[in-house]
Amino acid sequence: MGHAYTPGLKVTDSLVIRKHRILPLKGDVLVKLGDKVKPDHVVARTLLPGAVVPLNVANKMGIPPEDLETVMLKKAGDPIKAGEPVAQSKPLFGLKFLGGSKCEATIDGTIESISHITGQVLQRGMPTPVEVKAYIEGEVIEVLPREGVVVQCVAGFVQGIFGIGGETNGAIQVVTPDNQTVLSDNLINEAHKDKVIVGGSLVTAAALRKAIQVGVRGIVVGGFDDKDLRDFLGYDIGVAITGSEDTRTTLVVTEGFGQINMAQKTYDLLKRHEGQMACINGATQIRAGVIRPELVIPETAEDDYKQAKTDIPVEGLKIGSPIRVIRHPYFGQLGRVTDLPAPLQVLESESRARILEVEFDSGKRALVPRANVEMIEG
Amino acid sequence: MAKFSSPDDIKVIVATDCGSTTTKAILIEYVNGEYRLLSRGEAPTTVEAPFEDVTMGVLNAVAELEELSGRRLLDDKGRFISPANGAIGTDVFISTSSAGGGLQMMVAGVVRSMTAESAERAALGAGAIVMDVIASNDKRLPHQQIERIRHLRPDMILLSGGIDGGTTTHVVEIAELVSAADPRPRLGTGYKLPIIYAGNKDAREPVKEALSDKVDLRVVDNLRPVLERENLGPAREEIHELFMEHVMAQAPGYKKLMSWADAPIMPTPGAVGLIIQTIADIYNIEAVGVDIGGATTDVFSVFRPDTKTPVFNRTVSANLGMSYSISNVFAEATLPMVMRWVPFKMDERDLRNRVKNKMIRPTTIPQSLEELIFEQAIAREALRLAFVQHKNFATVLKGVQQQRTIADAFEQSASGATIVNMMSLNMLIGSGGVLSHAPRRAQSALMMIDSFLPEGVTRLAVDSIFMMPQLGVLTEVQPKAATEVFEKDCLIHLGTCVAPTGTTKKPGPVMKYSIDLPDGSVTGTLNHLEMKLIPLGIQENGLPKVVKATFEPDRNYDLGAGKGAKVERELHGGVVGIILDGRGRPFDLSSLTEDERVKYLRTWMTDLNIYPEIPGK
Repeated sequence: MGHAYTPGLKVTDSLVIRKHRILPLKGDVLVKLGDKVKPDHVVARTLLPGAVVPLNVANKMGIPPEDLETVMLKKAGDPIKAGEPVAQSKPLFGLKFLGGSKCEATIDGTIESISHITGQVLQRGMPTPVEVKAYIEGEVIEVLPREGVVVQCVAGFVQGIFGIGGETNGAIQVVTPDNQTVLSDNLINEAHKDKVIVGGSLVTAAALRKAIQVGVRGIVVGGFDDKDLRDFLGYDIGVAITGSEDTRTTLVVTEGFGQINMAQKTYDLLKRHEGQMACINGATQIRAGVIRPELVIPETAEDDYKQAKTDIPVEGLKIGSPIRVIRHPYFGQLGRVTDLPAPLQVLESESRARILEVEFDSGKRALVPRANVEMIEG
Repeated sequence: MAKFSSPDDIKVIVATDCGSTTTKAILIEYVNGEYRLLSRGEAPTTVEAPFEDVTMGVLNAVAELEELSGRRLLDDKGRFISPANGAIGTDVFISTSSAGGGLQMMVAGVVRSMTAESAERAALGAGAIVMDVIASNDKRLPHQQIERIRHLRPDMILLSGGIDGGTTTHVVEIAELVSAADPRPRLGTGYKLPIIYAGNKDAREPVKEALSDKVDLRVVDNLRPVLERENLGPAREEIHELFMEHVMAQAPGYKKLMSWADAPIMPTPGAVGLIIQTIADIYNIEAVGVDIGGATTDVFSVFRPDTKTPVFNRTVSANLGMSYSISNVFAEATLPMVMRWVPFKMDERDLRNRVKNKMIRPTTIPQSLEELIFEQAIAREALRLAFVQHKNFATVLKGVQQQRTIADAFEQSASGATIVNMMSLNMLIGSGGVLSHAPRRAQSALMMIDSFLPEGVTRLAVDSIFMMPQLGVLTEVQPKAATEVFEKDCLIHLGTCVAPTGTTKKPGPVMKYSIDLPDGSVTGTLNHLEMKLIPLGIQENGLPKVVKATFEPDRNYDLGAGKGAKVERELHGGVVGIILDGRGRPFDLSSLTEDERVKYLRTWMTDLNIYPEIPGK
């Protein structure tokens, strides 16, 4: 089998980041190779076909479907306006004062199709424009004709474990004095408007509400209580697929659910970059093709490109590897691997598993299943 | 691969199952007059980047088989050596696949509870995940249905509607909606989305007119030719055909894998359904199989509502699972329902966080006993909910008028009633990590009893290494090998549960029993809310020991012959033994006080030797 442990979350000062900015349908790319773009720069645009609304003309006019041809004023592809007649029957005996029934379009758009079997006319609504922004500050390094672009930058990079809310950006401001302090509402004020704020071990529900109220763009924090998450969203997240919530403030949790100190390395990195612009996305998908929430801090100096790593090599667990325990009874504790015994061992639960010995930062040692640790990478 | 004139000439078989994370290979050989599993190997699946070739994972898993068995299976170029000659090569190679998200379908019909439900049954039975069911009366407006069809990107659509000779308008309307949505396939861009039409034969031409320009339309026999009968076979066969032609052909490396295989590659759940149907057929029994995974739970059943014709059903509970979907189980079941299985107190806030942490880090395992007990409590609820969904789906055909006599008026069975009959069920088979890898087999047995609540006499078993998919596809090539290996190597026979139905408010006897064990007869009385474990093991050939037993239920209880009626039955042993369950049916813990509930749970867990000790008090 592959690795018996969970690969860690990336936390690094300098990494080459490439983002594919792709349209949902083919359209127009608005930038060219080599262009420098800002996060809110629109790089591609397209029109999504409008909604289809059926109109049962035969029913409405009381005629058999096969006679539809004789009453239609419009043909497939013709533009229509709401209220405009699309079909009209001839008046009785050709006498205008006896009238003729008519059927009007219900939306603006075009006629999609006319069915002589069901008597149904399908109306296609006006197309909806869709834009894709650059999301990060950087350079267009590839143009995918009619589809989108690849934007690249060198950046400080923090991967979270869980998030809510979509893409946004703002200047980083660390608001807790250390990685352990709880981010409570009294630490948030009007000065944090449009900022990405950084907290310690937990963000309280009240703090999250206050952040939204003052217009904070994003929050990066060690932990969040599930009960608060449910109260905040108004529903329970059943499966970890997020990013489309309309929360106004994007949340990135770096360690997990509950009160857990943000890893010192992550806190220190964010502290070093305080004041810089960060691009943040809470989208999470824990399934095949995993997506983690993230914080990207683009660097603009030329030197940064030369020094930056293009990827962080994934190394196996070794003696001395820094790890985080990701399950009870040592959940959230950080330490270093001190032994990797090969044979399977029986746990307290009587399960047999491969284990490792860890020495926690407190100096205490414990045996933990390898499946229950995560490498600290970066 | 080599060709054989008779299946009996096949002596060596290699079968793989390409799952979304792991590819599992098994080696079966004909030794001393019987087919047996010789070894198994596994390797990570290689469908996704950077490998993007499923055959690499298959070859790695087969290489592990070679190492473990000493049989050389691959030549220097990494191709199967065939036919087998002595200790080299294999006669047959077969495979199933659920990699890349399995087979994802959308189905459509005219009436939700009739043709649309039949179409859903056909798709599920073929091993698909049904993304949505569109019907004329599904309470959505046409434009909402069109939006939905457009947004989903299924691998294929099954369209049905109308009985043969009936009205054509409604089914053509559905075809027009599909056409307006202009649906795109999930994988690949260079081909049209396949749509199978299995509706009213009189509507074939107008459906072709509406759809054939935009999609790859296939027409098969109506899956509901008359209201009283389903004909799901042709639609299911076409689904498998298209799965090979389109879905598999789009996935990286599958063309090569298909060229190696001696039988069509089948969707994994389709193959599991096949082995369960085969076993139910051969032994003339009713069986339920469950596979509880990280994201989903599949339930398969074969019942005989009219006592002879077997009816197969499969359901997929898409968001009931033990890791990715664990939080959803918790949300659907609710906290009190999960906690009723936990014999100690836990803080709600902490519990909720633990569940979410398992969801975001799905590969972790319970280290402490407390965590194991809690995880198994959630598993009970996931299984229970999945079975509720299955019972609601596995029904007699809806919309069929029934002629009733005065006698029938006293029976409450109606159109759409479930065909799941726990009293006549003979065998319950569990698989999936939480059941197959429970540290003690008795834990698996009790989890299945608590969640499925079998009635009467029911055999219990688990598929220890999830071999059912490979054996399912093997039934197409060498059914004898499939059934022999299934009985002797695939199943771990846990034993038999004996559970009378009925309740009583006061403590007292539920039944008297007398069991003729090999070393003497055991007799006794089972009391209300009591559980007993009577050891009865396995024979040397891997099959369970079988003994005779007599039960005399109390006048409030029934073991299948009526209240208070004496019953004589054969009981099968297993690694756990015979479990006598005196908790009654319907089973209800809600009448107990909190202290009583904890006391009884601890007693049952101790009496059945479920855990080494039980934390807390």
